[in-house]
Amino acid sequence: MSVVTVQLGQCGNQIGQELFKAIGDDSSSGQGLCSEGQKQAYAACSQERFFFLEQSGVPSARAVLIDMEPKVISQTMATAAKSGRWKYGDQSYFCQKQGSGNNWANGFCAHGPRHEEAVLDLVRREAERCERLAGFFTMMSVAGGTGSGMGTYITQCLRDTYPHSFLLNQVTWPYSTGEVIVQNYNSVLTLSHLYQSSDAILVHENDTVHKICSQLMNIKHISFQDVNKVIAHQLGSVLQPAYTSAVDTQYSRNPLGDLMSSLVCHPEYKLLSLRNIPQMSDSSLEYSVFAWPGLLKHLRQMLIANAKMEEGIDWQVRASQSRPSTGQKGNPSKHLRFNTSLANLLILRGRDVYSADTGGFAEPLLYSSWLPAEVAFNTWRSPKHFNRYEKSATLVSNSQSLLKPLDSIVGKAWNMFASRAYVHQYTKFGISEEDFLDSFTTLEQVISSYTHL
Amino acid sequence: MTQSIVVQVGQCGNQVGCRFWDLALREHAHVNKKGIYDEALSSFFRNVDTRTSAGEGIRGGKISSLKARAVLIDMEEGVVNEILQGPLREVFDSKQLITDVSGSGNNWAVGHKVYGCTYREQIVENLRKAAEHCDCLQCFFVIHSMGGGTGSGLGTFVLNLLEDEFPEVYRIVTSVYPSAEDDVITSPYNSVLAMRELTEHADCVLPIENQSLVDIVNKIKQMAYSGKPGAVIKQDSTIISGRGGVSSLEKPFDAMNNIVANLLLNLTSSARFEGSLNMDLNEIAMNLVPFPRLHYLVPSLTPLYTLADVNIPSRRLDQMFTDAFSRDHQLIHADPKHSLYLACALMVRGNVQVSDLRRNIERLKPSLQFVSWNQEGWKTGLCSVPPVGHSHSLLALANNTCIKPTLVELKDRFMRLYRKKAHLHHYLNVDGMEQACFTEAVSSLTSLIGEYEQLDATKGLLAAEAPRLNIAV
Ligand SMILES: Nc1nc2c(ncn2[C@@H]2O[C@H](COP(=O)(O)OP(=O)(O)O)[C@@H](O)[C@H]2O)c(=O)[nH]1
Ligand SMILES: Nc1nc2c(ncn2[C@@H]2O[C@H](COP(=O)(O)OP(=O)(O)O)[C@@H](O)[C@H]2O)c(=O)[nH]1
Repeated sequence: MSVVTVQLGQCGNQIGQELFKAIGDDSSSGQGLCSEGQKQAYAACSQERFFFLEQSGVPSARAVLIDMEPKVISQTMATAAKSGRWKYGDQSYFCQKQGSGNNWANGFCAHGPRHEEAVLDLVRREAERCERLAGFFTMMSVAGGTGSGMGTYITQCLRDTYPHSFLLNQVTWPYSTGEVIVQNYNSVLTLSHLYQSSDAILVHENDTVHKICSQLMNIKHISFQDVNKVIAHQLGSVLQPAYTSAVDTQYSRNPLGDLMSSLVCHPEYKLLSLRNIPQMSDSSLEYSVFAWPGLLKHLRQMLIANAKMEEGIDWQVRASQSRPSTGQKGNPSKHLRFNTSLANLLILRGRDVYSADTGGFAEPLLYSSWLPAEVAFNTWRSPKHFNRYEKSATLVSNSQSLLKPLDSIVGKAWNMFASRAYVHQYTKFGISEEDFLDSFTTLEQVISSYTHL
Repeated sequence: MTQSIVVQVGQCGNQVGCRFWDLALREHAHVNKKGIYDEALSSFFRNVDTRTSAGEGIRGGKISSLKARAVLIDMEEGVVNEILQGPLREVFDSKQLITDVSGSGNNWAVGHKVYGCTYREQIVENLRKAAEHCDCLQCFFVIHSMGGGTGSGLGTFVLNLLEDEFPEVYRIVTSVYPSAEDDVITSPYNSVLAMRELTEHADCVLPIENQSLVDIVNKIKQMAYSGKPGAVIKQDSTIISGRGGVSSLEKPFDAMNNIVANLLLNLTSSARFEGSLNMDLNEIAMNLVPFPRLHYLVPSLTPLYTLADVNIPSRRLDQMFTDAFSRDHQLIHADPKHSLYLACALMVRGNVQVSDLRRNIERLKPSLQFVSWNQEGWKTGLCSVPPVGHSHSLLALANNTCIKPTLVELKDRFMRLYRKKAHLHHYLNVDGMEQACFTEAVSSLTSLIGEYEQLDATKGLLAAEAPRLNIAV
C-alpha cells in the first residue's frame, strides 16, 4: 500500500525532504538481509509505499509540497533532484508569493479556503497514482503560519474528502524560547483543531532534538538540517517495512493502519512521541558494539522515566501504580515522575532481532489499568540494518510524556490570552475570542485526560 | 518574492528617501556583480528596457535601466528638482513625481486638508500605477517628518489613502520627530496632529528623533578624528558619508539621513536576500504589535562607530548585541533597559549563527524587563548578506514603554502653544480644519500615553499566572 505525504510550510518541506532521502538511502542498502530476493522485497515494499516509478526510471516521491512562498519549495525540489536517486514530481507542488506571516488565522481562514481546490487536486492526482492508498502523512510545524494554519485546514479537507483513509500528522513543536512570538497561540490553535480531524499526531519537539544533536551527536553549530536529519531518521525507522508479528513472512501491508491500531485505541488519546536508541555520530558509531539486552534496558528506562535520550536517564524511577492525587490541578507535571503509557509500539531493526527479549515492555505496571498489556504493547521487527546501525530500536508511545511540554504551551498561551494580547491579529482574519476559548477547552481536556491516565 | 513601494513625502521624506535609494543601489551593485536583474533587486526596483520601453524586465535577464518603486511627493519643487538634476535622476521618471510650487508653510492643515483634497486623485493614480508594476505588493514604506507641513500633513493623508485603497498591503511608516530646539515653531502642533493619524492608520511606526541622529553623527566623528591608531573612516563606509555612493556632494542632513537609510536597508534585507532564518516583512507587525495602537517600534542600529565606519580594531560580536540595548544607540531619546519590553526583534545581517543569537539573548535577558505575558517575546531574523564593507550588523526593534517620555514631551510642547492659542488661526482658517481636530488629536495622544503607562506600571511586579480553565473530570 502507498502513503501520500503532504509537506506544508518551511518546516514541513525541509523535514520531508530529509525523510525521503533517509528512506531512499535505507532501501538501497540491503545490509542484514541474506538473499537477493529479500533485499528486493524490502526495497520494493518501501518503494511502493513512498515512491512512484516514473518512466524516466527515477523514483518520484509520493508527495505534495505546499508553501505560501517560493524560496523553500524551490530549494527542496532542487536538492532532491540533484541527488540523482530520487526527485519530487515536477507538478506536485503548490506555492504562492507571500508567506503567512506567522499568523495561523491567515493560513487557516485565508490561504486554506482560497487554495483548497488547487491543493486537493494535487493530492487527488497523487492518490490516484497509488494502486492501493494506505492513507495520508502530513508534515508541518505548529508555530508558523502556513504549516500550522493551512496544514490544519488541509487536514480537515482530507478528512472530509477521504473519510475512510488514515490520517497521520507529524508536527514539529517550537523551541520553547522562540523565533516566533505568537508561537504558543499558533500551537494551541493547530493542536486543538488537529485533535478533531487527525487519527494520530506524531510530535517532535525542537528542544529535544536539538539536545540530541548537541549531546549525542556532538554537533557544535547545530543547523536545522542537523535537527531534521535526526527527525527523518526516527520517522524512517517507523515507516520503513517491518514484520508486524513473529510469524509474518510478509511486510505489513498497511503501515498507517497498523500503527493506529497498535497505538490509538481511544479518540481522546492521540498524541504520539518517539524515542530511539542508539543515536550517535558516524564516527562514534564505527567504534561501538551493541547488544539487545543493553539497548532495550535503556530504552525501557527512557520510557518510564520520560527521558527523550539515552543521556541523563533517571534510573531511580520505577514503574508503579501511584497516581497523581486528583485535586492537584494546575501543574500536573510536577507530580509525575513515572510516565504511564496507554500503548507502546516497539520497532526493532537489525541483527538478531528475533532473539531480543521485549518482555520488559509488556509489564502491566507500565500501562493504564483499563487496557491489558497484551493489547497495549506491540512489536515490529525487521532483520535489515537501518541507516548504518547494525541494531536499532525505536519506541512510539502514546503516553504522558508530552504532557509537560503541552501544559507549558497551553499555559503560556493562556497567560497571553488573559491580556488579549495579539488577539486582534487573529480576529482580523475571522478567528474570534470564542474560537480561542474553544481551543483552550479542547486542550485542557486533553491535558486532563492524559494526567489521569 | 514580494515587492515594496516607498512613498516619500515632503522635504525630509524625499531627502531621506534619496539616501535610501542611493545606498540600496550600491548594496545591490556590491552583491550582484553580474548585473543580472534578480528577485532581490525586484523587491524595490523595476527593470525597464528603455529601447522597447517594455514595462517590467524579466528576472534573470540583464539589467537595462533600474527604476525605483517609489512615489515622490512634495509641495515645493526645490528638493525634487535637485533630485532630478542629481545622480539619482535615472532611477525616477517624471510620472512618479507629484509636486506643487507653494509649499505647506509648516502647517499640517494645509498639507492634510488643502493638498490632500487637491491631489487626492493624482496620488491614487500614481500609487495604483506603481502597484500595477508589482506582481505581489507586500508593503508600503512611508517616509516623512512630523514637524513640517507637507510630510506631516499630506504624508498622513496618503497613509489614509493607502489604507482605503490597499487594505491588504502593510503600511510601515518612518517618522522623523522634531527636536526640542526645532526651528519650526509650529512643529508640536504638526506632530501631535500627525500622531493621531499614525496611531490609527499605520501598521508599524519607526520613530526617529533628529537630536539622536545628531548625537550619533557627532560620536562617530569624534571617534574618527580621535587620533587613535587605525581610526580612519573607511572608504566604503555607508553610515555617515555619502562617499562610495552615486552622489558625492554632502548636504547638511546627509550624514543623519544615511543612518535612517541604513535602518531601512537592514529592515528589508531579510525580505530581499537569503538567510537561514528569514524574517518576512509581514512578520514584523504580527510579532511585535500585541495591541493595535501600540505599534511604535523603537529602532537601534549597531555597530555604528566601532565596526561600521571607523576602522578601529573590531570588537567582539557580542558587543554589537550589548550596544543595541544601550541608550546611546537608540534612534530616539530613550532608555529601553529601564523600561518595559512588550516585544523585541533582532534582525541580524552577515556571518552570524543561530547559536550566536541564542547565546546573546540568554546573556542579555536578565538585564531586560519583559511584560509578564510575553517573557519570551523575541523575534529573530538572520540574513546572510552583510552590509557593504562590513562583516555584520544588527537592527533591534523594541516595542517598549521607553517611547512614553518622548510622547509626554511632545504633548507638553503642544500644550504650551495650545493654551496660548498661539498660531491657531493659521490652522483654523484652513477649510475643513476645526478646533475638534486639535482636541481629538491631543486626546488620542493622551490615551496612547496612558496605555503605555499602564503597562509600564506592571514592571517588576510578579504577575500571577492566570487561573487555568477547569475541566470537570
Ligand atoms: N525542526 C525544524 N523546525 C523548523 C524548521 N524550519 C522551521 N522550523 C520551526 O518551525 C516554526 C516556524 O514555522 P515555519 O515552518 O517556518 O512556518 P511556515 O512556513 O509558515 O509554516 C518554528 O518553531 C521553527 O523552529 C526545520 O527545518 N526543522
Ligand atoms: N533628519 C532629517 N530631518 C529633516 C530633513 N529635512 C527637514 N527635516 C526636519 O523636518 C522638519 C521639517 O519638515 P520638512 O520635511 O522640512 O517639511 P515639509 O517639507 O513641509 O514636510 C524639521 O523638524 C526638520 O528638522 C532631512 O533631510 N533629514
